[in-house]
Amino acid sequence: MTTDNVLPPDEVVAFDGAFRHRPSSLWRDAFRHLFRKRSAIVGMTLLGILVFVALFHTVLATHDPSIPMLDIPEEVAAGVKKRMPPCVHILGCSEDTPQHILGTDGNLRDFYSRMVYGAQWSLIIGFTTVGFAIVLGTLAGAVAGYAGGWLDNLIMRLMDVVLAFPSLILSIAIVTVLGPGLINALLAIGIVSIPVYARIVRASVLSVKEADYVTADRALGVGRFRILFHRILPNALTPLIVAGTLGIATAILDAAALSFLGLGAQPPMPEWGSMLGAERNQVFTAPHLVFFPGVAIMLTVLSFNLLGDGMRDALDPRLNR
Amino acid sequence: MTGYIARRLLLAIPVLLGIVFVVFTLVRLIPGDPCRAALGERATDEICEPYLERRGLNEPIPVQFVLYLRELLRGDLGDSYRQGRPVTQMLVERLPVTLQLSLFALLFAVAVGIPLGIMSANWHNSSVDVGTMVVANVGVSMPVFWLGLMLQYVFAILLKDTPLKLPPSGTLQAGVIIPPLYETYGWQVSGALKTTLDFLSNMHALNALLSLDFKGMADALRHLILPAVALGTIPMAIIARMTRSSLLEVLGLDYIRTARSKGLKEWTVIMRHGLRNAMLPVVTIIGLQFGILLAGAVLTETIFNLSGVGRALYEAITARDYRVVEGFTLVIAVLFVVINLIVDVSYAYLDPRVRLQ
Repeated sequence: MTTDNVLPPDEVVAFDGAFRHRPSSLWRDAFRHLFRKRSAIVGMTLLGILVFVALFHTVLATHDPSIPMLDIPEEVAAGVKKRMPPCVHILGCSEDTPQHILGTDGNLRDFYSRMVYGAQWSLIIGFTTVGFAIVLGTLAGAVAGYAGGWLDNLIMRLMDVVLAFPSLILSIAIVTVLGPGLINALLAIGIVSIPVYARIVRASVLSVKEADYVTADRALGVGRFRILFHRILPNALTPLIVAGTLGIATAILDAAALSFLGLGAQPPMPEWGSMLGAERNQVFTAPHLVFFPGVAIMLTVLSFNLLGDGMRDALDPRLNR
Repeated sequence: MTGYIARRLLLAIPVLLGIVFVVFTLVRLIPGDPCRAALGERATDEICEPYLERRGLNEPIPVQFVLYLRELLRGDLGDSYRQGRPVTQMLVERLPVTLQLSLFALLFAVAVGIPLGIMSANWHNSSVDVGTMVVANVGVSMPVFWLGLMLQYVFAILLKDTPLKLPPSGTLQAGVIIPPLYETYGWQVSGALKTTLDFLSNMHALNALLSLDFKGMADALRHLILPAVALGTIPMAIIARMTRSSLLEVLGLDYIRTARSKGLKEWTVIMRHGLRNAMLPVVTIIGLQFGILLAGAVLTETIFNLSGVGRALYEAITARDYRVVEGFTLVIAVLFVVINLIVDVSYAYLDPRVRLQ
């Protein structure tokens, strides 16, 4: 979203010429700075690779990720063993053994294909939980800040209570109530992250609620919702985007932890956390089954962390560059 | 200062009540009644009716909440459905293990994180800085459970023929027994004092130190290294980043230039003048890591076979032992609030400006 969208359409028309020749906007500036920052570029590259793998998982995968090779004909499955180490023919692995780039898991499934399919889940988990939390958090924060009084107090004290728990512990407790499963785990992580966004939105609502341009709108008889969505909330967008990007990183880590404990994604879903959890006792005999999902989770989280940090710096006009 | 502490304590009361309410509600929302959860398939109406009656579980929910609060105020967290023991008794066994682990993890985080941050700020934009920040960024992005498993593999398998070999489990070596303090010294104790001593004795390293059992202590410490490093890595990375940015900010101030122009050694400028002021936000961050440590303990303890609060919580969840889940979640949350309170107060003590706001 650009700052132009903030203005009502008639004003955009009136100032059209001025906007066209304006040298830069906050967002254009921010993007320029983002692309100059080395760590942000690394983050974006990693994220780009992840998105690519997630989009083209069907093309990239060599086997079906969820079908064990127990049921397939002898001649195809010949030589495939449980928890085989990685075998790539061009890297010197003997031609007699079937090629599995990252080896096989405990159920005779191709581990590379499972890893590839896992990428989409990671992204889905990150975006849905944070999206859910941002929508509800914005609603709660906007109502609290705009209404004030007892409603503000009630909502924010509730948020304080949620923040008083270590997030993973509360997520575990919520999943215990809802029952294990990926959807419930996502719901739990989403609920736990609401307060962060509610606080951000409430703070920016409070800071512009009494601003002259909002008073002017009110004097002109502009509706409450219009003021809220067109005048006040755009101010909260920058911190929300930064917090959201960093929040995705945390959400992915927490979801992986829940799946690892068996409370999130259930087998045979190729989700990295649950893949790691399923093979964790094999770390001494088949370390590759633990190593690769962990690295994948780490790189995904790292990409969002780097991007979030980069955006925070790029979007902060006070920073001396 | 007293006024500030009193105000903070008063503000904590509604939060604590809220926590109790949330935990109470969550456990009541679990489908099925506690009797069936406790007895499983053996539960019939004839057995369950008196069971629910005796525990006040047939009362309306608001009445149950008041009863529950009354129990809590007496320090009673109820009995475990599965083990039939008081939850508080389990807590005396489990909490010290987690506290000891968290303490060592925090020690690692501070001992490594602060020097890394200082180095990074001192050689700003150099390869040292870049390297440190790569370590810090990777550190915050690592799943705790994965790091734990990888450390086990590296130190117990890959390095098994070297002096660096470390045990992959957090429990003491078979055969190493460190008896409770009162047994070592032959004290006759009972009641609250015995509970306190039991609590202390379950921190094996401390217990061994106080019993002057240095062999036992060495064993306890050796088993603590890997879990503590796994658990402490994320806080370490956060502390390193905070130290760096805070120190960089301070080093740009005028009085640092004055100190330099006086001809002070660079080391003195950074350590005596810079770090002292840069430490304020770092202290806050260190305190806030406690929540991360408590949550991470669930994962670390599961991997390293440590029987602490975290693993107990996990086991209770899988066994559907809701009374334990309720009690332990509550204790962890209350601990978290108390620690945050201490951090706030100490921050106000260190920085008078906070008190005046």
